[in-house]
Amino acid sequence: MTVTSVVKDADARTMTITARFDAPIGRVWQVWSDPRQLERWWGPPTYPATVTEHNLAPGGTVAYTMTGPEGDRHRGWWRVRAVDPPHTLEFEDGFADADGNPSRDTLTGVIRVALSELAGGGTQMDITTAWASVEAMEQILAMGTEAGMTAAVGQIDELLSLPARA
Amino acid sequence: MVVSTAETKGADALFHALADPTRRDILAVVLRDAHSVSDLARRYPISFAAVHKHVGALERAGLVTKTRHGREQRVRGDVATLRTAHRLLDDLEALWRERIDRIEQVLAHPTERAPQ
Repeated sequence: MTVTSVVKDADARTMTITARFDAPIGRVWQVWSDPRQLERWWGPPTYPATVTEHNLAPGGTVAYTMTGPEGDRHRGWWRVRAVDPPHTLEFEDGFADADGNPSRDTLTGVIRVALSELAGGGTQMDITTAWASVEAMEQILAMGTEAGMTAAVGQIDELLSLPARA
Repeated sequence: MVVSTAETKGADALFHALADPTRRDILAVVLRDAHSVSDLARRYPISFAAVHKHVGALERAGLVTKTRHGREQRVRGDVATLRTAHRLLDDLEALWRERIDRIEQVLAHPTERAPQ
């Protein structure tokens, strides 16, 4: 089993999920450091991500667009806070407007990634996700899962089909 | 921390309210049956004022509602809000489990595109 533990701390608004991979640390780091590999797993399968900017340096930006089955596009960004290859990465995570401009108001949380080598050549990955508020968490989930994305698009459809209110 | 711009105090209060064991206990009691604050105060070895404060925290988080019955106010738990908190945590776990499964596939097949 890949995921070995999940710790939820409601008060600190964090969740730490720990996974172990049968691959060396340098290889696991690549799924974060190589934009072509990152875009294969970040978004749900029907909303594949295209990484348009990828600068894993302190203060650097990672920008991506997820495209849905209806051609709907959703933009997101990371702002890198700290990076120490191949061990740690910490970034703010948020969404952007249609032009890709990140807005402070859409900041949803902070993600910390820590990789460590296991005896026998495997790698442990601890991901701590701290979200800014319950609304932010709702937004992360809406953008991060297929069900959430489908629901979000469905809501837009529903809104568009409603007669305008006087 | 810079992550508070979009915060709504009411929403944040949800997890804060659930983090305290006395408040969780009060919530469990009023989810079963509505109680007045004085009823609740008799159940705990803390002051009426302290219980009143806990109820206030639960109310701000939308976890309980107060309704007036004659001279006393009754406190009742809101199941829907509690479900929201649980669902959010469970959904966040599911999101990362899905991502970790996909990372596993990327590690196994470094150069292929993910199946669409």
